[in-house]
Amino acid sequence: MLSVKQHNVNVTFSPELLAKFGEVVSRYPEGKQKSGLLPILHLVQAEYGWVSADAMDKVAAYLNILPIEVYEVATFYTMFLLQPKGKYVLEICRTGPCCLVGAERIMKHLEQKLGVKEGEVTSDGLFSWRGVECLAACGFGPVLQIGPEYTFYEHLTEDKVDELIDNLKAKTE
Amino acid sequence: MARKLLLTHIDVPGINTFEVYRQKGGYVAVEKVLKTMSPEEVVEEVKKSGLRGRGGAGFPTGMKWSFLAKPEGVPRYLVCNADESEPGTFKDRYLMTHIPHALIEGMIVSSFALGAHTSYIYVRGEMMPQIRILERAIAEAKEKGFLGKNILGSGYDLEIYVQPGGGAYICGEETALLESLEGKRGNPRIKPPFPAIAGLYNCPTVVNNVESIAATVPIINLGGDEYAKIGIERSTGTKLISASGNIVKPGVYEIELGLPVEEFIYSDEYCGGIANGKRMKAVVAGGSSVPILPANLILKTAAGNSRLMTYESLADGGFQTGTMLGSGGFIVFDEDQCVVRNTWNFARFYHHESCGQCSPCREGTGWMEKVLHKIESGHGSMSDIDLLWDVQRKIEGNTICPLGDAAAWPVAAAIRHFRDEFEWHILHPEESQTRNYGLAHYADPLQPIVS
Repeated sequence: MLSVKQHNVNVTFSPELLAKFGEVVSRYPEGKQKSGLLPILHLVQAEYGWVSADAMDKVAAYLNILPIEVYEVATFYTMFLLQPKGKYVLEICRTGPCCLVGAERIMKHLEQKLGVKEGEVTSDGLFSWRGVECLAACGFGPVLQIGPEYTFYEHLTEDKVDELIDNLKAKTE
Repeated sequence: MARKLLLTHIDVPGINTFEVYRQKGGYVAVEKVLKTMSPEEVVEEVKKSGLRGRGGAGFPTGMKWSFLAKPEGVPRYLVCNADESEPGTFKDRYLMTHIPHALIEGMIVSSFALGAHTSYIYVRGEMMPQIRILERAIAEAKEKGFLGKNILGSGYDLEIYVQPGGGAYICGEETALLESLEGKRGNPRIKPPFPAIAGLYNCPTVVNNVESIAATVPIINLGGDEYAKIGIERSTGTKLISASGNIVKPGVYEIELGLPVEEFIYSDEYCGGIANGKRMKAVVAGGSSVPILPANLILKTAAGNSRLMTYESLADGGFQTGTMLGSGGFIVFDEDQCVVRNTWNFARFYHHESCGQCSPCREGTGWMEKVLHKIESGHGSMSDIDLLWDVQRKIEGNTICPLGDAAAWPVAAAIRHFRDEFEWHILHPEESQTRNYGLAHYADPLQPIVS
């Protein structure tokens, strides 16, 4: 079982990030600030690339709730990464309709192209990939998305995947 | 050309902006309800329209609205369910991406009818681009005076906020969605009490799907009686259908309810037939949770009539031989597809997405996934088919929410209609391991498949 303390790093939320937290909390009635937990975890992940235990503790303090209330949410939802991943996490839909049009072939190609298995990080720290369940784009499959913007890439072929990865590499050089 | 109500202007450049949407008749329904109607009259129009929930359950929307409790001094909420995660269903993403103001306008009309002054659109977290599109649309509407305080001088106040989910299919279930919106794990609540009595923050709440809320706009513009004339019998209006799989033209189509299934699959106006000159083997007609049907049964009802795209016709014969319109997620399989492998894929999905609250679902979905994988990979025995049947029966109806049923039905239907394909995998382990799914004997829709 994954421990949220297994990977950790200390964080300090910037005033800009705290201002975004404040805007989120203003959407709910007084005393219902816990409703901001998921949006705030998304903001934390967009800022740091993943959600550390220290970040969760500080989110709990900000929202005036217990740390366990944050841990149980962060571990329940699949979008929150509880350990560091590559700078680009390629998430490919592996559910039925995408598989009907070749998602498994694309997953195999991703593994070969990146040289790492599902969930691992490339040696240059740039890429991770994983299969995810239905991305609600079944008519445009196979599809993958890349956070934190969750940009969509549709009708994937091996060539399109190569081009995408090469472009991302070039962007970071 | 079929009549369109939601996607009428889908191809107009800039229709995602307030200006163009307004030029094409947008926000007229808001003006009409705020200036000339009472909330009760809006509810009455929706009742007259016969609109049924477009998220999957098909419950009459107007009746659902009329159940809303209205105690004095307690806020009421409208929550839009945009947590679209059902495999095969992608219509709401399409609508929000291309015509976001159709949803915002529907939110204003619906919130007014329900007496809600704060409404939330709960969007699945992966749809960050759509979240930004909706936030921009909300800002535009507010700037133009259609949201905020004293809208159009009517005295009615409304704020709409977009809430991102975190990646959990179960949050499409309305009570799990409310738990998630309260910042908790998406564990469904036991009903009753229903959200109409105790929903968000324990206050009266209506949860409606994106398409249902957007549909209130044409209902107000046309009038409930006119809307009810579109479609057929108790399946009124139009419906967005997400078509995917092995078809020539996958995509989102707006159909008038009552269209023959055969026309939807084979006509050039819609799916354009089966891709690559193949023959159709099977169809899942309402999203992955509804039973798969072999080709001939999706084209004909159990009584031998043409099957129609309606709530009634698709469910003809009950769950045992029929299927459901569900969310309108239409997945088409060609003759080369392996039903066992697809059933395993769906079982993995439901195992992954089970929230774990109820033992039959938590344990049973994992069990079904393992047994299906065993059969699919050529390691199964004949008794495994009976085991699968037994496990799915013990899940169905024994869980707090319908995810258990959604996991059980695809397995039951696959065994019922394609049992010999399961047996083929067991009897031909070597071919199974090389993934040679050589069964094409279900492919001809003109031949009877099930006697």
